[in-house]
Amino acid sequence: MGPVRDLWNGPVRRACTWLLAVFVAAAAPVAAQDRFIVMASTTSTEQSGLFAHLLPAFTKATGIDVRVVAQGTGRALDMARRGDADVVFVHDQPAEERFVAEGFGLVRRAVMYNDFILLGPAADPAATKGRDVVATLRKLAASNAVFVSRGDKSGTHAAELRYWKLAGIDDPAFPGRAFAYRACGCGMGQALNIASSSEAYVLADRGTWLSFKNRGALTILVEGDTRLFNQYGVIVVNPARHPQTKTALAQAFSDWVVLPDGQATIASYKIDGEQLFFPNAVR
Amino acid sequence: MIAATGLSLEPAYAPAFESHGLLSLVNSFAESLRTAQHLLLDADPALWRTVRLSLAVSGSACLIAAGFGLAAGAWLAVTRLPGRRLAVAALNTLLAMPSVVVGLVVYLLLSRSGPLGSFGILFTPPAMVIAQTLLVLPIIAALSRQLVADSLRDGGDQLRSLGAGPFTCAVLMLLHERWAVVTVLLTAFGRAVSEVGAVMIVGGNIDGVTRVITTAIALETSKGDLPLALALGLVLLAVIGLVNVAIAVAHRTREPGLAGSP
Amino acid sequence: MSGDAPLLRLVAAGVHFGDVRALREVNIEVRRGEFVALVGANGSGKTTLLHALHGLVPLTGRREVDDASVPQAMVFQRPFMLRLSVRSNLHVALWLAGVARPSWNDRSAEALRRAGLEELAHRPARTLSAGQQQRLALARAWATRPDILFLDEPTASLDPSAKREIEAMLAQFASDGMTLVMSTHNLGQAKRMASRVIYLDQGEIRADLPTERFFGEHVDPRAELFLRGELTWDL
Repeated sequence: MGPVRDLWNGPVRRACTWLLAVFVAAAAPVAAQDRFIVMASTTSTEQSGLFAHLLPAFTKATGIDVRVVAQGTGRALDMARRGDADVVFVHDQPAEERFVAEGFGLVRRAVMYNDFILLGPAADPAATKGRDVVATLRKLAASNAVFVSRGDKSGTHAAELRYWKLAGIDDPAFPGRAFAYRACGCGMGQALNIASSSEAYVLADRGTWLSFKNRGALTILVEGDTRLFNQYGVIVVNPARHPQTKTALAQAFSDWVVLPDGQATIASYKIDGEQLFFPNAVR
Repeated sequence: MIAATGLSLEPAYAPAFESHGLLSLVNSFAESLRTAQHLLLDADPALWRTVRLSLAVSGSACLIAAGFGLAAGAWLAVTRLPGRRLAVAALNTLLAMPSVVVGLVVYLLLSRSGPLGSFGILFTPPAMVIAQTLLVLPIIAALSRQLVADSLRDGGDQLRSLGAGPFTCAVLMLLHERWAVVTVLLTAFGRAVSEVGAVMIVGGNIDGVTRVITTAIALETSKGDLPLALALGLVLLAVIGLVNVAIAVAHRTREPGLAGSP
Repeated sequence: MSGDAPLLRLVAAGVHFGDVRALREVNIEVRRGEFVALVGANGSGKTTLLHALHGLVPLTGRREVDDASVPQAMVFQRPFMLRLSVRSNLHVALWLAGVARPSWNDRSAEALRRAGLEELAHRPARTLSAGQQQRLALARAWATRPDILFLDEPTASLDPSAKREIEAMLAQFASDGMTLVMSTHNLGQAKRMASRVIYLDQGEIRADLPTERFFGEHVDPRAELFLRGELTWDL
């Protein structure tokens, strides 16, 4: 095929060689890693920057790489149920215990806690400032304020729904209420973006808030309520369901993070001198 | 599920316009341009790893899709099988396939509880390549089919007279219209390198492993760092711009003289 | 089979495109060494008949070829060249004709020489002038050594000097023994070059005569009108 051969020998071959080289160069570092686990975790832990601080210490201590897929707690647990993760690190105790009870995970261990805060516009039209999150939610429901919910089965979303229930409101989205309840089905950062630009109220975890840059007029209105305590747990995925899970390596992570080394690393993570997460693993 | 890919740039910018005016918007862009410039000049290794991965994943996907897509397009242009018009309609429909949907389908296939889970390639670059290949395959097939069909109207008779069978005619037309084919491939590449839905779901946006420019932009947006997100976008455009300039130069040196090849 | 057996024939051949009948039940034989001119008004079916003879269109009736395959080639009114060099276009034609690779260079060089295009071998084919491209089309056809060469108004879009060059090449082919079937608008050209003239009207062959008789006798009233250039359009 004379004319086609001319083309192949010239530009086409050059282009393909170049492209092949680029792909190999990009793929090489990835392929090199063999000792790794996939961890399903939440956007709050990743976006707060905790993992960038915590995981290198773990890798240094054990040589195991941790690949974090960050999504809401609900999706993280679903992912683990499908066997696509080796360990989960989330913050919704009832959901975690259900996960273990259903046989998808081995033992659940408490690791650390941080707290939720209620944010809203600095002008605070619903006069919500205080230390009682439940009372605040009642006031919001009675006002014509806007409230942004993550609505994504995340740990934060689950906690938010628990607080609404405590305030006597079973379904905040039920139409006919004065206030506007906007469920975005999105991560914490996106929810904060929406709240910041619509002068709305939103429940967030302190970690994401401290590292969030697009604050607008949002400010902390409710904090310090002991019910805002947000517990994180780590669970190794049960190999009985999915034999390909890297159980030994995942167990190494679970062990490390509850022992003094891991706990101290968690405690040492600070933003602007403020500690975000408080280790509380049981000895 | 859409949550992971939601880029709420719109709500963030509209009030910026309302409450602070045009000046604030301009300042935002100016800051992004400065950041983009610093990113490019500082040659941050993490950034360049991300860019290289974007180019490698999308480039590979386009090459693989080109192999199948050009053949499929050529075949569809000359086949006389009864179902061909339906096939073309189906192909054109696939052009509108949302990238998230492709990501979902591939995720379910590659999940450990899925049929291909034992290969263990979920959350690795090969999974991203597969997803993007499926995404751009219809584009390449549909556009090359049209290209070949149009060319055959001009020279199909002559090629058949010379003794070319139908598929050979189609392939010769792809050769004849190679610069149009390059444009088709660039279109596919643009679609691949700019999409975020599929690579987010099958790649997981894992730092250092499957984070590409678009998922990095999504992450920075959700962290509220909008100028950085925009700057990353500008970096990607700059890199793609260089690729296109190189192609344009190559085209001009190959076919000098009259603008628009004869 | 050789001697006087026709190279190619159509028996009760008809061609239709959708509802339009472009060719109605024609019977025609082409013998070796002939130079056939097809004449007729626009839309009379000249091009369709050429395509039918060459085997490019499906038809009702039969198309019979003398030997297992009689090599044929066709040159169109506007030459189609691939976006390759002049030489590469010839190579593609030789490749499609099944010629062995080693002889490509020699065959294409020879063909270009006959067409007076040797100097342009490496130029992009599509940068040649219209006349040069048509000569190239003839060279391309000639390189594959066809027994029959079909031509569809090959000089219709050329200026007089280019037209002369093409006619010279065709005359050379004819004297080398090639069989030619050419449709043309130019009656002078038909008279000058052809050994046999076929007149088509509305998809039918109305006259099929040796050249002298066609231009001498009065056979078909519509043919006569055509010759006198007074053919009207009301059908």
